[in-house]
Amino acid sequence: MTITTQKPLVRIEGLHKYFGPHHVLRGIDLTVNQGEVSVVIGPSGSGKSTMLRCVNLLETISAGRISVGDQLIGYREVNGRLHDLKVREIAAQRREIGMVFQRFNLFPHKTALYNVMEAPVQVKGKSKSDAKKAALELLDRVGLADRANHYPAQLSGGQQQRVAIARALAMEPELMLFDEPTSALDPELVGDVLNVMKDLAKSGMTMIVVTHEIGFAREVGDRLTFMDGGVVVESGDPREIIANPQHARTKEFLSRVL
Amino acid sequence: MDHHQPGHAAPVLNDAVPVRHPGRWISAIVIVGVLALMVQSVITNHNFRWDVVGTYILDVKVVQGVGWTLLLTVASMAIAIVLAILLAVMRQSDNPVLRYTSWVWVWFFRGTPVYTQLVFWGLIAVLYPKISAGVPFGPELFSVDTSTVITALVAAILGLGLNESAYLAEIFRAGLKSVDKGQTEAAEALGMGKGKIMWRIILPQAMRIIVPPTGNETIGMLKTTSLVLAVPFTLDLTFATNALANRIYLPVPLLIVAAIWYLVITSLLMVGQHYIEAYYGKGVDTNLAPAVINPAAAKAAAAVAPSAEAEPSLKMDFPEDEAK
Repeated sequence: MTITTQKPLVRIEGLHKYFGPHHVLRGIDLTVNQGEVSVVIGPSGSGKSTMLRCVNLLETISAGRISVGDQLIGYREVNGRLHDLKVREIAAQRREIGMVFQRFNLFPHKTALYNVMEAPVQVKGKSKSDAKKAALELLDRVGLADRANHYPAQLSGGQQQRVAIARALAMEPELMLFDEPTSALDPELVGDVLNVMKDLAKSGMTMIVVTHEIGFAREVGDRLTFMDGGVVVESGDPREIIANPQHARTKEFLSRVL
Repeated sequence: MDHHQPGHAAPVLNDAVPVRHPGRWISAIVIVGVLALMVQSVITNHNFRWDVVGTYILDVKVVQGVGWTLLLTVASMAIAIVLAILLAVMRQSDNPVLRYTSWVWVWFFRGTPVYTQLVFWGLIAVLYPKISAGVPFGPELFSVDTSTVITALVAAILGLGLNESAYLAEIFRAGLKSVDKGQTEAAEALGMGKGKIMWRIILPQAMRIIVPPTGNETIGMLKTTSLVLAVPFTLDLTFATNALANRIYLPVPLLIVAAIWYLVITSLLMVGQHYIEAYYGKGVDTNLAPAVINPAAAKAAAAVAPSAEAEPSLKMDFPEDEAK
């Protein structure tokens, strides 16, 4: 859909994740080019959300490497040995990566406007008036300019999720992660959120989207990855995979969700 | 979305006979009767000596006692709150030294009686006649007499404050734990640092849980201040009224004087707590009528309703006045 420059922005190489004895990710490789929309699907428990959370270090990386741009996520490599980054350095890496959660996670004690302004003011040190202007523009972009002074509890799920997208965009990230952004929404509210995501994709944002929305993958995705049991089963052009899945497991999954 | 039948008459509302509640009337009569008897006895029993209550309620010593009691309450709660935040955050820290230190602090100050601790603070000058600071096993930098620094007032405030910090630390810990983990993750994903996440995201939300029991503790502290004679600190309300009672051999009216003042202060604290709760409940506890969400859309819906006659009843469904 979008014109990609074929310059890799995200590289996930040999990613493993253990939760105690559970081997959740068993060697994931995934590359996302600049401006690309990479859609990840798979049954629940397949590890797709865990993989996404590793990209901005909400989960530690048990084995393997993730890099975004020229930055190795979570570590510094000195003489072939990995050193953990300090909390402050991790925070700096996260500033370049926006994340949208399944359960929105808006700050309930702040209005939509202040949710969006919070990080630019507190993290980037922007002036309140600049941050407010930018936040109102972002809220307008997600169709919620008239809801700026509403608290999250006064907004529908779809509106909350769009505020959450605006909040992530306010940090001007180079990469956006979407962790099942429409799974907690009533069916009639899904469309508004997907439309905002489509617009974002058109604007050239690099996106990794974990979702169950096959229609979104087909329409907007540049690449579709099917995960199951902690491994990548199949990855490629979304329209080809959906029309003609190569693996039995992919076929079975698609037959159930389509 | 429109359940109305445009053009039809408004429905006839059900006029059902409500259920009767004879129990309410009986209990009201019983309670009013008992109350009347109590009021009568309180007024007619001369042993209450209301004239003495009237004489001493605004006595200089009593009013000063109220002042000292308030000072003790406010100062020791302030110390306790600051320490409690610190202890609760330490308890959640990744640093095991801080975690265990916090645990031991709570264990010790909660595990010994506040009376014992107050006596101990009163005796600190006996244990350590001088307070000095210096390098361990090295030169001394300065030294002062303990009794000039730890006066009876300071000892009382420290004793009450440190003891209370242990209880408040547990209240704060419960409050911090009550905030959804997704809040921390969302703030982390925005690149916020640990301190900012705690102060701007977690603590303000935890305060909703923390304020009511802390108000409870403050009222408890108001009355615990009467134990400061253990230090001994002898200016607080209870000591002042006791001293007056012993002088005039009339304990009952002066107990009533003290009780009245404690009730007045407690009532004022409750008003304060109400406003603090309202402040930290914003966005969550505020009553969010559905009309608030979308008065404009309600108007638009009314406008596109096929029949003009339907409009008056539609207005009833969306009481925009309540939105303000």
